[in-house]
Amino acid sequence: MTATIQRLVTPATPTVPAKADVIALPKPASRPSSWQKTLGHVAANVIPPLVVMALGLFIWEILCSTPGASLPAPSRIWTEAAELIYSPFFDYGQGDIGLGLRVLTSLQRVAIGFGLAAVIGVMVGALIGQSIWAMRGLDPIFQILRTVPPLAWLPLSLAAFMDAAPSAIFVIFITSVWPVLINTAVGVRNIPQDYHNVARILQLNQLEFFFKIMIPAAAPYIFTGLRIGIGLSWLAIVAAEMLTGGVGIGFFIWDAWNSSRLSDIIVALAYIGLVGFILDKLVSAIGAFVTRGTSAN
Amino acid sequence: MTYLKIENVDKHFDRGGVRSEVLKDVSLDIAQGEVISIIGHSGCGKSTLLNLIAGLTEVSSGGIQLEGREVNGPGPERAVVFQNHSLLPWLTVYENVNLAVAKVFGRSKTGAERHHWIMQNLDLVQMSHAKDKRPTEISGGMKQRVGIARALAMQPKILLLDEPFGALDALTRAHLQDAVMDIQKRLGSTMIMITHDVDEAVLLSDRIVMMSNGPSARIGEVLDVPLERPRNRIELASDRTYLKCREAVLKFLYERHRFVEAG
Repeated sequence: MTATIQRLVTPATPTVPAKADVIALPKPASRPSSWQKTLGHVAANVIPPLVVMALGLFIWEILCSTPGASLPAPSRIWTEAAELIYSPFFDYGQGDIGLGLRVLTSLQRVAIGFGLAAVIGVMVGALIGQSIWAMRGLDPIFQILRTVPPLAWLPLSLAAFMDAAPSAIFVIFITSVWPVLINTAVGVRNIPQDYHNVARILQLNQLEFFFKIMIPAAAPYIFTGLRIGIGLSWLAIVAAEMLTGGVGIGFFIWDAWNSSRLSDIIVALAYIGLVGFILDKLVSAIGAFVTRGTSAN
Repeated sequence: MTYLKIENVDKHFDRGGVRSEVLKDVSLDIAQGEVISIIGHSGCGKSTLLNLIAGLTEVSSGGIQLEGREVNGPGPERAVVFQNHSLLPWLTVYENVNLAVAKVFGRSKTGAERHHWIMQNLDLVQMSHAKDKRPTEISGGMKQRVGIARALAMQPKILLLDEPFGALDALTRAHLQDAVMDIQKRLGSTMIMITHDVDEAVLLSDRIVMMSNGPSARIGEVLDVPLERPRNRIELASDRTYLKCREAVLKFLYERHRFVEAG
Protein backbone atom coordinates (compact mmCIF):
# COMPACT_ATOMS: atom_id res chain seq x y z
CA MET A 1 0.00 0.00 0.00
CA THR A 2 2.62 2.51 1.05
CA ALA A 3 4.81 1.44 -1.76
CA THR A 4 2.06 2.15 -4.19
CA ILE A 5 1.57 5.62 -2.83
CA GLN A 6 5.28 6.34 -2.89
CA ARG A 7 5.53 5.24 -6.42
CA LEU A 8 2.67 7.43 -7.35
CA VAL A 9 4.14 10.45 -5.62
CA THR A 10 7.76 10.13 -6.63
CA PRO A 11 8.42 7.93 -9.56
CA ALA A 12 11.80 6.26 -8.89
CA THR A 13 12.86 6.09 -12.47
CA PRO A 14 11.36 8.06 -15.28
CA THR A 15 9.46 5.56 -17.32
CA VAL A 16 10.57 5.26 -20.86
CA PRO A 17 7.82 6.62 -23.03
CA ALA A 18 6.30 3.89 -25.10
CA LYS A 19 7.56 4.12 -28.58
CA ALA A 20 5.00 4.56 -31.24
CA ASP A 21 5.35 5.18 -34.90
CA VAL A 22 3.69 8.23 -36.23
CA ILE A 23 1.34 7.15 -38.93
CA ALA A 24 0.73 9.90 -41.38
CA LEU A 25 -2.96 10.02 -42.15
CA PRO A 26 -3.82 10.70 -45.76
CA LYS A 27 -4.46 14.38 -46.23
CA PRO A 28 -8.16 15.11 -46.48
CA ALA A 29 -9.16 16.07 -49.98
CA SER A 30 -8.91 19.84 -50.13
CA ARG A 31 -12.29 21.27 -49.30
CA PRO A 32 -13.78 23.69 -51.79
CA SER A 33 -13.31 27.22 -50.50
CA SER A 34 -16.33 29.30 -49.66
CA TRP A 35 -16.34 31.32 -52.87
CA GLN A 36 -16.11 28.13 -54.87
CA LYS A 37 -19.14 26.85 -53.01
CA THR A 38 -21.07 30.05 -53.64
CA LEU A 39 -20.14 29.91 -57.28
CA GLY A 40 -21.29 26.30 -57.50
CA HIS A 41 -24.54 27.21 -55.79
CA VAL A 42 -25.19 30.10 -58.17
CA ALA A 43 -24.34 27.96 -61.18
CA ALA A 44 -26.71 25.22 -60.01
CA ASN A 45 -29.53 27.75 -59.82
CA VAL A 46 -28.77 29.86 -62.86
CA ILE A 47 -27.66 27.39 -65.51
CA PRO A 48 -30.81 25.19 -65.65
CA PRO A 49 -33.23 28.06 -66.34
CA LEU A 50 -30.82 29.51 -68.93
CA VAL A 51 -30.64 26.18 -70.73
CA VAL A 52 -34.41 25.78 -70.71
CA MET A 53 -34.84 29.35 -71.95
CA ALA A 54 -32.38 28.84 -74.80
CA LEU A 55 -34.17 25.65 -75.75
CA GLY A 56 -37.53 27.41 -75.65
CA LEU A 57 -36.30 30.26 -77.82
CA PHE A 58 -34.88 27.76 -80.27
CA ILE A 59 -38.18 25.88 -80.61
CA TRP A 60 -40.07 29.15 -80.87
CA GLU A 61 -37.71 30.33 -83.61
CA ILE A 62 -38.31 27.14 -85.60
CA LEU A 63 -42.07 27.23 -85.15
CA CYS A 64 -42.46 30.89 -86.10
CA SER A 65 -39.93 31.19 -88.91
CA THR A 66 -42.33 29.86 -91.52
CA PRO A 67 -43.48 32.64 -93.89
CA GLY A 68 -47.15 32.59 -92.85
CA ALA A 69 -46.58 32.56 -89.06
CA SER A 70 -49.00 34.75 -87.13
CA LEU A 71 -46.55 35.52 -84.30
CA PRO A 72 -43.03 36.96 -84.72
CA ALA A 73 -40.02 34.71 -84.12
CA PRO A 74 -37.38 35.80 -81.57
CA SER A 75 -35.00 36.93 -84.29
CA ARG A 76 -37.67 39.19 -85.78
CA ILE A 77 -38.48 40.63 -82.36
CA TRP A 78 -34.81 41.45 -81.92
CA THR A 79 -34.61 43.32 -85.22
CA GLU A 80 -37.97 45.08 -84.83
CA ALA A 81 -37.85 46.01 -81.16
CA ALA A 82 -34.13 46.16 -80.43
CA GLU A 83 -34.32 49.70 -79.13
CA LEU A 84 -37.03 48.77 -76.63
CA ILE A 85 -34.90 45.94 -75.35
CA TYR A 86 -31.53 47.57 -74.89
CA SER A 87 -32.54 51.13 -74.17
CA PRO A 88 -35.30 51.13 -71.56
CA PHE A 89 -35.00 54.80 -70.61
CA PHE A 90 -35.12 56.78 -73.89
CA ASP A 91 -37.49 59.72 -74.02
CA TYR A 92 -38.36 61.17 -77.43
CA GLY A 93 -41.12 63.30 -76.04
CA GLN A 94 -44.86 63.15 -76.76
CA GLY A 95 -45.29 59.95 -74.87
CA ASP A 96 -42.72 58.07 -76.92
CA ILE A 97 -40.67 56.74 -74.02
CA GLY A 98 -38.73 53.59 -73.16
CA LEU A 99 -40.29 50.62 -71.43
CA GLY A 100 -38.22 51.22 -68.29
CA LEU A 101 -39.83 54.63 -67.86
CA ARG A 102 -43.28 53.15 -68.52
CA VAL A 103 -42.68 50.48 -65.91
CA LEU A 104 -41.65 53.19 -63.47
CA THR A 105 -44.91 55.10 -63.96
CA SER A 106 -46.84 51.88 -63.45
CA LEU A 107 -44.76 51.10 -60.37
CA GLN A 108 -45.53 54.52 -58.99
CA ARG A 109 -49.25 53.81 -59.20
CA VAL A 110 -48.71 50.39 -57.64
CA ALA A 111 -46.65 51.97 -54.88
CA ILE A 112 -49.48 54.35 -53.96
CA GLY A 113 -52.29 51.81 -54.30
CA PHE A 114 -50.45 48.95 -52.65
CA GLY A 115 -48.97 51.21 -49.98
CA LEU A 116 -52.47 52.30 -49.00
CA ALA A 117 -53.66 48.71 -49.09
CA ALA A 118 -50.80 47.59 -46.86
CA VAL A 119 -51.34 50.28 -44.22
CA ILE A 120 -55.12 50.06 -44.16
CA GLY A 121 -55.12 46.28 -44.51
CA VAL A 122 -52.82 45.85 -41.49
CA MET A 123 -54.69 48.40 -39.35
CA VAL A 124 -58.18 47.07 -40.09
CA GLY A 125 -56.97 43.47 -39.98
CA ALA A 126 -55.46 44.05 -36.55
CA LEU A 127 -58.72 45.56 -35.28
CA ILE A 128 -60.84 42.75 -36.68
CA GLY A 129 -58.47 40.05 -35.50
CA GLN A 130 -58.91 41.19 -31.91
CA SER A 131 -62.65 40.68 -31.86
CA ILE A 132 -64.20 37.29 -32.46
CA TRP A 133 -67.52 38.93 -33.40
CA ALA A 134 -66.00 41.34 -35.89
CA MET A 135 -64.23 38.35 -37.40
CA ARG A 136 -67.42 36.32 -37.64
CA GLY A 137 -69.39 39.21 -39.08
CA LEU A 138 -66.91 40.53 -41.58
CA ASP A 139 -64.93 37.53 -42.72
CA PRO A 140 -67.60 36.07 -45.06
CA ILE A 141 -68.06 39.49 -46.67
CA PHE A 142 -64.32 39.86 -47.23
CA GLN A 143 -64.13 36.37 -48.64
CA ILE A 144 -66.75 37.31 -51.23
CA LEU A 145 -65.25 40.72 -52.10
CA ARG A 146 -61.83 39.11 -52.38
CA THR A 147 -62.92 37.07 -55.40
CA VAL A 148 -64.19 40.05 -57.42
CA PRO A 149 -61.80 40.43 -60.37
CA PRO A 150 -59.83 43.71 -60.39
CA LEU A 151 -61.36 45.02 -63.60
CA ALA A 152 -64.87 44.58 -62.31
CA TRP A 153 -64.18 47.43 -59.89
CA LEU A 154 -63.03 49.77 -62.66
CA PRO A 155 -66.35 51.07 -64.00
CA LEU A 156 -67.52 51.75 -60.47
CA SER A 157 -64.35 53.61 -59.53
CA LEU A 158 -64.40 55.59 -62.79
CA ALA A 159 -67.91 56.65 -61.94
CA ALA A 160 -66.90 57.59 -58.42
CA PHE A 161 -63.64 59.40 -59.14
CA MET A 162 -64.47 60.76 -62.64
CA ASP A 163 -60.79 60.50 -63.51
CA ALA A 164 -58.54 57.74 -64.79
CA ALA A 165 -55.53 58.21 -62.50
CA PRO A 166 -57.22 57.80 -59.10
CA SER A 167 -59.42 55.04 -60.53
CA ALA A 168 -56.39 52.96 -61.47
CA ILE A 169 -54.95 53.46 -58.01
CA PHE A 170 -58.26 52.56 -56.42
CA VAL A 171 -58.42 49.36 -58.43
CA ILE A 172 -54.94 48.42 -57.19
CA PHE A 173 -55.97 49.21 -53.65
CA ILE A 174 -59.23 47.30 -53.67
CA THR A 175 -57.58 44.27 -55.29
CA SER A 176 -54.65 43.97 -52.95
CA VAL A 177 -56.21 45.03 -49.66
CA TRP A 178 -58.14 41.78 -49.03
CA PRO A 179 -55.28 39.32 -48.70
CA VAL A 180 -53.40 41.77 -46.46
CA LEU A 181 -56.44 42.36 -44.30
CA ILE A 182 -57.51 38.73 -43.99
CA ASN A 183 -54.01 37.45 -43.29
CA THR A 184 -53.37 40.12 -40.67
CA ALA A 185 -56.63 39.30 -38.92
CA VAL A 186 -55.77 35.59 -38.86
CA GLY A 187 -52.25 36.38 -37.63
CA VAL A 188 -53.59 38.52 -34.80
CA ARG A 189 -56.12 35.86 -33.84
CA ASN A 190 -53.30 33.33 -33.62
CA ILE A 191 -51.14 35.31 -31.20
CA PRO A 192 -50.48 32.85 -28.36
CA GLN A 193 -52.29 33.52 -25.08
CA ASP A 194 -48.87 33.62 -23.38
CA TYR A 195 -47.91 36.80 -25.23
CA HIS A 196 -51.20 38.37 -24.12
CA ASN A 197 -50.40 37.35 -20.53
CA VAL A 198 -46.91 38.84 -20.75
CA ALA A 199 -48.41 42.07 -22.07
CA ARG A 200 -51.03 42.15 -19.30
CA ILE A 201 -48.50 41.58 -16.53
CA LEU A 202 -46.33 44.36 -17.96
CA GLN A 203 -49.46 46.51 -18.29
CA LEU A 204 -48.64 47.46 -21.88
CA ASN A 205 -51.15 49.93 -23.27
CA GLN A 206 -52.98 49.42 -26.59
CA LEU A 207 -50.34 51.27 -28.61
CA GLU A 208 -47.39 49.47 -27.00
CA PHE A 209 -49.17 46.14 -27.45
CA PHE A 210 -49.83 46.90 -31.11
CA PHE A 211 -46.22 47.76 -31.96
CA LYS A 212 -44.29 45.54 -29.56
CA ILE A 213 -46.35 42.35 -29.58
CA MET A 214 -49.09 42.29 -32.19
CA ILE A 215 -47.22 43.44 -35.30
CA PRO A 216 -44.10 41.31 -34.73
CA ALA A 217 -46.11 38.27 -33.67
CA ALA A 218 -48.38 38.50 -36.70
CA ALA A 219 -45.56 39.51 -39.06
CA PRO A 220 -45.23 36.12 -40.81
CA TYR A 221 -48.96 36.21 -41.62
CA ILE A 222 -48.84 39.87 -42.62
CA PHE A 223 -46.01 39.26 -45.05
CA THR A 224 -47.81 36.31 -46.61
CA GLY A 225 -50.69 38.71 -47.22
CA LEU A 226 -48.41 41.42 -48.57
CA ARG A 227 -46.78 39.00 -50.95
CA ILE A 228 -50.11 37.88 -52.37
CA GLY A 229 -51.18 41.52 -52.45
CA ILE A 230 -48.21 42.80 -54.44
CA GLY A 231 -48.73 40.03 -57.01
CA LEU A 232 -52.38 40.97 -57.38
CA SER A 233 -51.60 44.69 -57.70
CA TRP A 234 -49.20 44.02 -60.51
CA LEU A 235 -51.86 41.94 -62.25
CA ALA A 236 -54.41 44.69 -61.74
CA ILE A 237 -52.26 47.63 -62.87
CA VAL A 238 -51.64 46.21 -66.33
CA ALA A 239 -55.31 45.48 -66.85
CA ALA A 240 -56.41 48.83 -65.45
CA GLU A 241 -53.95 50.81 -67.56
CA MET A 242 -55.12 49.08 -70.71
CA LEU A 243 -58.50 50.67 -70.11
CA THR A 244 -57.60 53.99 -68.52
CA GLY A 245 -54.74 54.94 -70.84
CA GLY A 246 -51.80 57.11 -69.84
CA VAL A 247 -48.16 56.23 -70.03
CA GLY A 248 -48.01 52.96 -68.08
CA ILE A 249 -46.83 49.61 -69.36
CA GLY A 250 -50.41 48.32 -69.62
CA PHE A 251 -51.42 51.11 -71.94
CA PHE A 252 -48.31 50.50 -74.03
CA ILE A 253 -49.47 46.95 -74.76
CA TRP A 254 -52.91 48.14 -75.75
CA ASP A 255 -51.40 50.83 -77.96
CA ALA A 256 -49.01 48.33 -79.57
CA TRP A 257 -51.91 45.99 -80.29
CA ASN A 258 -53.86 48.78 -81.97
CA SER A 259 -50.92 49.49 -84.26
CA SER A 260 -50.09 45.79 -84.77
CA ARG A 261 -46.64 45.95 -83.19
CA LEU A 262 -46.62 42.38 -81.94
CA SER A 263 -42.88 42.37 -81.27
CA ASP A 264 -43.27 45.32 -78.88
CA ILE A 265 -46.01 43.48 -77.02
CA ILE A 266 -43.78 40.49 -76.48
CA VAL A 267 -40.94 42.65 -75.18
CA ALA A 268 -43.40 44.41 -72.85
CA LEU A 269 -44.62 41.03 -71.56
CA ALA A 270 -41.05 40.09 -70.70
CA TYR A 271 -40.67 43.38 -68.81
CA ILE A 272 -43.90 42.85 -66.89
CA GLY A 273 -42.95 39.31 -65.97
CA LEU A 274 -39.50 40.32 -64.78
CA VAL A 275 -40.76 43.26 -62.74
CA GLY A 276 -43.50 41.12 -61.15
CA PHE A 277 -40.90 38.51 -60.27
CA ILE A 278 -38.62 41.13 -58.72
CA LEU A 279 -41.50 42.66 -56.72
CA ASP A 280 -42.45 39.25 -55.35
CA LYS A 281 -38.86 38.45 -54.39
CA LEU A 282 -38.44 41.89 -52.86
CA VAL A 283 -41.46 41.55 -50.55
CA SER A 284 -40.50 38.02 -49.61
CA ALA A 285 -36.93 39.10 -48.86
CA ILE A 286 -38.13 41.97 -46.66
CA GLY A 287 -40.48 39.51 -44.97
CA ALA A 288 -37.71 37.00 -44.37
CA PHE A 289 -35.54 39.76 -42.90
CA VAL A 290 -38.23 41.25 -40.68
CA THR A 291 -39.64 37.96 -39.40
CA ARG A 292 -36.32 36.24 -38.75
CA GLY A 293 -36.73 34.32 -35.52
CA THR A 294 -40.47 34.87 -35.37
CA SER A 295 -41.71 32.04 -37.51
CA ALA A 296 -39.61 29.41 -35.78
CA ASN A 297 -41.01 29.27 -32.31
CA MET B 1 -47.09 39.28 9.49
CA THR B 2 -49.22 38.44 6.50
CA TYR B 3 -47.86 39.64 3.17
CA LEU B 4 -50.20 37.95 0.74
CA LYS B 5 -53.66 37.09 2.02
CA ILE B 6 -55.96 34.75 0.12
CA GLU B 7 -59.37 34.79 1.74
CA ASN B 8 -62.27 32.41 1.03
CA VAL B 9 -61.63 32.44 -2.68
CA ASP B 10 -64.08 30.65 -4.95
CA LYS B 11 -63.64 30.35 -8.67
CA HIS B 12 -66.05 28.98 -11.21
CA PHE B 13 -66.24 29.23 -14.96
CA ASP B 14 -69.54 29.56 -16.81
CA ARG B 15 -69.52 28.13 -20.25
CA GLY B 16 -72.67 27.58 -22.29
CA GLY B 17 -74.90 27.78 -19.24
CA VAL B 18 -72.90 25.10 -17.45
CA ARG B 19 -71.08 26.17 -14.31
CA SER B 20 -67.89 24.35 -13.47
CA GLU B 21 -66.58 24.92 -9.97
CA VAL B 22 -62.79 24.94 -9.97
CA LEU B 23 -61.79 26.25 -6.55
CA LYS B 24 -63.88 26.25 -3.41
CA ASP B 25 -63.18 28.29 -0.30
CA VAL B 26 -59.42 28.61 -0.61
CA SER B 27 -57.71 30.60 2.17
CA LEU B 28 -53.99 31.01 2.69
CA ASP B 29 -51.70 33.52 4.38
CA ILE B 30 -48.17 33.95 3.10
CA ALA B 31 -45.42 35.86 4.91
CA GLN B 32 -42.78 37.99 3.21
CA GLY B 33 -39.77 35.96 2.06
CA GLU B 34 -41.62 32.69 2.23
CA VAL B 35 -41.37 30.05 -0.50
CA ILE B 36 -44.64 28.19 -1.02
CA SER B 37 -45.23 25.23 -3.32
CA ILE B 38 -48.66 24.31 -4.55
CA ILE B 39 -48.90 20.64 -5.44
CA GLY B 40 -51.76 18.52 -6.63
CA HIS B 41 -52.90 16.26 -9.43
CA SER B 42 -53.58 17.77 -12.82
CA GLY B 43 -56.94 19.47 -13.07
CA CYS B 44 -57.02 20.45 -9.39
CA GLY B 45 -56.94 24.16 -10.14
CA LYS B 46 -53.32 24.89 -9.21
CA SER B 47 -52.80 27.00 -12.31
CA THR B 48 -56.14 28.72 -11.77
CA LEU B 49 -55.07 29.66 -8.25
CA LEU B 50 -51.81 31.10 -9.56
CA ASN B 51 -53.64 33.03 -12.28
CA LEU B 52 -55.97 34.45 -9.64
CA ILE B 53 -52.99 35.68 -7.60
CA ALA B 54 -51.39 37.06 -10.77
CA GLY B 55 -54.65 38.83 -11.55
CA LEU B 56 -54.87 37.22 -14.98
CA THR B 57 -58.27 35.75 -13.98
CA GLU B 58 -60.79 37.29 -11.63
CA VAL B 59 -61.99 35.63 -8.45
CA SER B 60 -65.66 34.67 -8.38
CA SER B 61 -65.94 35.47 -4.69
CA GLY B 62 -63.58 36.11 -1.82
CA GLY B 63 -60.51 38.27 -2.09
CA ILE B 64 -56.74 38.36 -2.51
CA GLN B 65 -54.66 41.10 -0.88
CA LEU B 66 -50.99 41.86 -1.34
CA GLU B 67 -49.63 44.12 1.42
CA GLY B 68 -53.19 45.00 2.35
CA ARG B 69 -54.10 46.07 -1.19
CA GLU B 70 -56.73 44.24 -3.15
CA VAL B 71 -55.51 42.40 -6.26
CA ASN B 72 -57.76 43.37 -9.15
CA GLY B 73 -55.73 42.88 -12.28
CA PRO B 74 -52.31 41.79 -13.45
CA GLY B 75 -49.24 43.88 -12.74
CA PRO B 76 -45.46 43.72 -12.62
CA GLU B 77 -45.38 43.56 -8.80
CA ARG B 78 -46.68 40.00 -9.21
CA ALA B 79 -44.35 38.72 -11.94
CA VAL B 80 -45.01 35.31 -13.47
CA VAL B 81 -42.49 32.78 -14.76
CA PHE B 82 -44.45 30.76 -17.30
CA GLN B 83 -44.04 27.05 -17.85
CA ASN B 84 -43.14 27.48 -21.51
CA HIS B 85 -40.97 30.55 -20.85
CA SER B 86 -43.11 32.82 -23.09
CA LEU B 87 -40.13 34.76 -24.38
CA LEU B 88 -40.85 36.80 -27.48
CA PRO B 89 -38.99 34.99 -30.26
CA TRP B 90 -38.30 38.10 -32.34
CA LEU B 91 -36.39 39.78 -29.50
CA THR B 92 -32.94 38.87 -28.22
CA VAL B 93 -32.41 37.74 -24.64
CA TYR B 94 -31.40 41.29 -23.71
CA GLU B 95 -34.37 42.84 -25.50
CA ASN B 96 -36.79 40.43 -23.83
CA VAL B 97 -35.63 41.57 -20.39
CA ASN B 98 -35.50 45.15 -21.62
CA LEU B 99 -39.18 44.99 -22.63
CA ALA B 100 -40.01 44.51 -18.95
CA VAL B 101 -37.38 46.93 -17.62
CA ALA B 102 -38.31 49.71 -20.06
CA LYS B 103 -41.95 49.43 -19.05
CA VAL B 104 -41.44 49.15 -15.28
CA PHE B 105 -38.46 51.49 -14.85
CA GLY B 106 -38.84 53.65 -17.98
CA ARG B 107 -39.40 56.77 -15.86
CA SER B 108 -37.56 56.03 -12.65
CA LYS B 109 -34.19 54.90 -14.06
CA THR B 110 -31.89 56.46 -16.65
CA GLY B 111 -30.81 54.53 -19.75
CA ALA B 112 -27.47 53.58 -18.22
CA GLU B 113 -29.15 52.46 -14.98
CA ARG B 114 -31.60 50.34 -16.93
CA HIS B 115 -28.80 48.71 -18.90
CA HIS B 116 -26.95 47.98 -15.68
CA TRP B 117 -30.10 46.55 -14.12
CA ILE B 118 -30.75 44.27 -17.12
CA MET B 119 -27.19 42.97 -17.05
CA GLN B 120 -27.38 42.48 -13.29
CA ASN B 121 -30.46 40.30 -13.66
CA LEU B 122 -28.96 38.35 -16.55
CA ASP B 123 -25.87 37.80 -14.40
CA LEU B 124 -28.06 36.51 -11.61
CA VAL B 125 -29.31 33.69 -13.81
CA GLN B 126 -25.89 33.35 -15.49
CA MET B 127 -27.19 34.28 -18.90
CA SER B 128 -25.31 37.51 -19.65
CA HIS B 129 -23.06 35.61 -22.07
CA ALA B 130 -26.05 34.96 -24.34
CA LYS B 131 -27.55 38.44 -24.20
CA ASP B 132 -27.55 38.89 -27.97
CA LYS B 133 -28.95 35.47 -28.80
CA ARG B 134 -32.55 34.89 -29.78
CA PRO B 135 -34.70 32.42 -27.84
CA THR B 136 -34.57 29.93 -30.71
CA GLU B 137 -30.79 29.79 -30.41
CA ILE B 138 -30.63 28.75 -26.76
CA SER B 139 -31.65 25.59 -24.89
CA GLY B 140 -34.87 25.07 -22.94
CA GLY B 141 -33.14 25.51 -19.59
CA MET B 142 -31.52 28.73 -20.76
CA LYS B 143 -34.86 30.06 -21.99
CA GLN B 144 -36.33 29.38 -18.57
CA ARG B 145 -33.40 31.21 -16.95
CA VAL B 146 -34.14 34.23 -19.13
CA GLY B 147 -37.82 33.94 -18.19
CA ILE B 148 -36.79 34.09 -14.54
CA ALA B 149 -34.49 37.06 -15.24
CA ARG B 150 -37.32 38.88 -16.97
CA ALA B 151 -39.61 38.29 -13.99
CA LEU B 152 -36.96 39.32 -11.47
CA ALA B 153 -36.14 42.43 -13.48
CA MET B 154 -39.66 43.71 -12.76
CA GLN B 155 -38.57 43.77 -9.11
CA PRO B 156 -41.75 42.00 -8.09
CA LYS B 157 -43.12 41.89 -4.56
CA ILE B 158 -43.95 38.28 -5.19
CA LEU B 159 -42.66 35.88 -7.81
CA LEU B 160 -45.18 33.41 -9.24
CA LEU B 161 -43.75 30.34 -10.94
CA ASP B 162 -46.11 28.18 -12.98
CA GLU B 163 -44.49 24.75 -13.20
CA PRO B 164 -41.27 26.49 -14.16
CA PHE B 165 -39.19 23.37 -14.61
CA GLY B 166 -41.92 21.05 -15.88
CA ALA B 167 -40.72 20.97 -19.48
CA LEU B 168 -37.05 20.39 -18.65
CA ASP B 169 -34.98 17.24 -18.34
CA ALA B 170 -34.00 16.05 -14.85
CA LEU B 171 -30.43 17.36 -14.85
CA THR B 172 -31.31 20.79 -16.19
CA ARG B 173 -34.16 20.91 -13.70
CA ALA B 174 -31.79 20.24 -10.79
CA HIS B 175 -29.46 23.00 -11.98
CA LEU B 176 -32.30 25.48 -12.20
CA GLN B 177 -33.70 24.50 -8.80
CA ASP B 178 -30.30 25.25 -7.29
CA ALA B 179 -30.20 28.53 -9.19
CA VAL B 180 -33.64 29.51 -7.87
CA MET B 181 -32.67 28.58 -4.27
CA ASP B 182 -29.54 30.67 -4.61
CA ILE B 183 -31.42 33.66 -6.02
CA GLN B 184 -34.07 33.38 -3.32
CA LYS B 185 -31.37 33.37 -0.65
CA ARG B 186 -29.71 36.45 -2.10
CA LEU B 187 -32.83 38.49 -2.77
CA GLY B 188 -35.09 37.14 -0.03
CA SER B 189 -37.92 36.94 -2.59
CA THR B 190 -41.39 35.74 -1.76
CA MET B 191 -42.27 32.92 -4.14
CA ILE B 192 -45.25 30.80 -4.98
CA MET B 193 -44.46 27.86 -7.20
CA ILE B 194 -46.74 25.34 -8.82
CA THR B 195 -45.25 21.91 -9.21
CA HIS B 196 -46.18 18.29 -9.62
CA ASP B 197 -42.78 17.08 -8.51
CA VAL B 198 -42.69 15.97 -4.87
CA ASP B 199 -38.91 16.29 -4.48
CA GLU B 200 -38.94 19.75 -5.99
CA ALA B 201 -41.66 20.85 -3.59
CA VAL B 202 -39.84 19.57 -0.49
CA LEU B 203 -36.44 20.83 -1.60
CA LEU B 204 -37.48 24.37 -2.43
CA SER B 205 -40.32 25.32 -0.14
CA ASP B 206 -40.91 26.47 3.40
CA ARG B 207 -44.49 25.24 3.18
CA ILE B 208 -46.22 22.89 0.77
CA VAL B 209 -49.86 23.53 -0.07
CA MET B 210 -51.50 20.29 -1.11
CA MET B 211 -54.67 20.60 -3.16
CA SER B 212 -57.50 18.08 -3.16
CA ASN B 213 -58.81 16.85 -6.48
CA GLY B 214 -61.16 18.98 -8.54
CA PRO B 215 -63.83 19.90 -9.35
CA SER B 216 -64.33 22.28 -6.43
CA ALA B 217 -60.76 21.72 -5.30
CA ARG B 218 -59.74 23.09 -1.94
CA ILE B 219 -56.60 23.19 0.11
CA GLY B 220 -56.33 19.70 1.55
CA GLU B 221 -53.39 20.22 3.83
CA VAL B 222 -50.48 22.59 4.39
CA LEU B 223 -47.18 20.96 5.29
CA ASP B 224 -44.33 22.80 6.99
CA VAL B 225 -40.87 21.89 5.76
CA PRO B 226 -38.61 22.58 8.76
CA LEU B 227 -35.31 22.20 6.92
CA GLU B 228 -32.40 24.59 7.41
CA ARG B 229 -31.23 26.70 4.48
CA PRO B 230 -29.09 26.57 2.46
CA ARG B 231 -30.28 23.15 1.45
CA ASN B 232 -28.13 20.64 -0.33
CA ARG B 233 -29.90 18.00 -2.37
CA ILE B 234 -27.22 15.37 -1.77
CA GLU B 235 -27.16 15.79 1.99
CA LEU B 236 -30.94 15.90 2.10
CA ALA B 237 -31.28 12.64 0.19
CA SER B 238 -30.77 10.77 3.47
CA ASP B 239 -32.05 13.43 5.87
CA ARG B 240 -34.84 12.14 8.12
CA THR B 241 -36.92 15.33 8.13
CA TYR B 242 -36.66 15.52 4.35
CA LEU B 243 -37.77 11.94 3.93
CA LYS B 244 -40.65 12.42 6.36
CA CYS B 245 -41.91 15.48 4.47
CA ARG B 246 -41.57 13.63 1.23
CA GLU B 247 -43.54 10.71 2.61
CA ALA B 248 -46.27 13.00 3.89
CA VAL B 249 -46.73 14.56 0.47
CA LEU B 250 -46.70 11.19 -1.27
CA LYS B 251 -49.27 9.83 1.16
CA PHE B 252 -51.51 12.81 0.59
CA LEU B 253 -51.30 12.52 -3.17
CA TYR B 254 -51.47 8.79 -3.63
CA GLU B 255 -53.44 7.49 -0.65
CA ARG B 256 -55.93 10.09 0.40
CA HIS B 257 -56.40 11.99 -2.84
CA ARG B 258 -55.70 9.43 -5.46
CA PHE B 259 -56.05 10.89 -8.92
CA VAL B 260 -59.21 9.75 -10.68
CA GLU B 261 -59.11 10.11 -14.43
CA ALA B 262 -62.23 11.96 -15.48
CA GLY B 263 -64.33 9.57 -17.53
